[in-house]
Amino acid sequence: MTTAQRTLSITDKLYRDRYKVDEEPHLWIKDPNMCVKCPFNFVCIRVCPTDVYKWEENKITITYDACVECGACHIACYNVGWKHPKGGFGISYKYG
Amino acid sequence: MAEKFDSIVVGAGPAGAAAAYTMAKAGLNVLVLEKGEKPGAKNVFGGVIFKHHTEQIAPDFWKTAPIERRVVEYQYWFMSKESHVLVSHRNQRFNSQYNAFTVHRAKFDPWFAKLAEDAGATIINRTTADDVIKNNGKIVGVKTERGDVYADCVIAADGVNSVLARQAGLRGELNPDAVVLAVKEVIALPKQRIEERFNVGPDEGVAALLVGWGSGMHAGFLYTNRDTLSIGIGVSMRDLDKSGERPNTLLEQFKSHPSIAPLIQDGELKEYAAHLIPEGGYDHVARVYMDGMLVVGDAAMLVNAINWEGTNLALTSGIIAGETLIEAKKRADFSSRTLSKYRKRLEESFVLKDLRRFRNVPSFFSSHPHFFTLYPELANELAYMWHIADDETKDARIRRMKATLFKRRSKLGLARDAFNLWRLLS
Repeated sequence: MTTAQRTLSITDKLYRDRYKVDEEPHLWIKDPNMCVKCPFNFVCIRVCPTDVYKWEENKITITYDACVECGACHIACYNVGWKHPKGGFGISYKYG
Repeated sequence: MAEKFDSIVVGAGPAGAAAAYTMAKAGLNVLVLEKGEKPGAKNVFGGVIFKHHTEQIAPDFWKTAPIERRVVEYQYWFMSKESHVLVSHRNQRFNSQYNAFTVHRAKFDPWFAKLAEDAGATIINRTTADDVIKNNGKIVGVKTERGDVYADCVIAADGVNSVLARQAGLRGELNPDAVVLAVKEVIALPKQRIEERFNVGPDEGVAALLVGWGSGMHAGFLYTNRDTLSIGIGVSMRDLDKSGERPNTLLEQFKSHPSIAPLIQDGELKEYAAHLIPEGGYDHVARVYMDGMLVVGDAAMLVNAINWEGTNLALTSGIIAGETLIEAKKRADFSSRTLSKYRKRLEESFVLKDLRRFRNVPSFFSSHPHFFTLYPELANELAYMWHIADDETKDARIRRMKATLFKRRSKLGLARDAFNLWRLLS
């Protein structure tokens, strides 16, 4: 037996993915004040499979260029604004 | 783009491409808008495409389509922390009568959409349709970043996150109980390695469903491709929120299980993906028609989670939608009354018949999570006890096994579960 597979971080994993990053974010927080006393225990941070959301300096920051457009965040929280990236932008799977 | 089309199809996945093909072949003027840089660029599944339904559009497609392997074995893994009980069905008939094929969507979907293009449909990639155009309550076109386009009827084939069905008022926000988040990796391994590890021949493949490895209602899936594996997990959005577990952590937990790790060992990660699956079943199906618009595939929430079917429901709904519009075009009537025929035909086909048959299954399993946790664990414990050879007599062993079983689940509880499961499925 060889050694077990090395566990990759999400950042490492996302290096394998192909994106065409739009300059305009397709994700946003509708009311940033609501996040300060988040009633959902920061569900956006928890459900995102690519760590797009972080809580930094009393606000949610959004690394939208890591988004794979699954839609989990805006189902989990109505305070997340979500639209499709402009045509041709965003994740572009090689396998899928 | 001032031209008016007979139909605009938004989304070039299996449902959209099937609808576009059907209409273009009948001579309709069809425009397909795809938001990705090509069809399939945004598409993910843990899954297969089915011969029967794909053949309706492309007979003998497996000879030319970019397929990976044909499925000859279906595996069901009931797992515990460090063990598994495996139930599997392999059949040589799957080699003579093909049933399903593994594919990579970024390769298969462009091939499939090309059929619609060859039949005469116009496909425009890199174009996001983010709203409908309404006139007197009737859908007359869509808004895109390249401008407005008009048609007698719009087909929303824009996937589980369908913006168009929502804007048209045919669907509300997705209910966390009705959607599963799937997280998936494509892992490369040499072809021979895959064939050795899964004991299959060239072009043969395995589809596996795996439960019990986590602490909640999670399912794992594993599919063999030519020289990659598709491996991933699915967890309901409700469960994910409640449990506080993180999607990638769950995937890593699944991958590191001692029964799974050797299967993917030394593999190279090629892609990390996530997608929602509308698994809510019949009661969560969208309203699928209105004046000037039809909704197909995932956008209409057409997934049969019990049988792990989705692409075939997508494809079939696309064909039926296309045929409905051919009929509507003949009558020059795209009112909801004419388009209601689409819903009626879905109800008469396996698409909605199957979803209705299993309509109570999704809520049953979410209120009975022990089918995913306790029962796999018990199966493993009892299997382990049964195989130990020591000085204990088998009479004493069987008594101890029964005690173990009834300690975890009362006789009444077991009887009730068996009865409910029977009633649910029969």
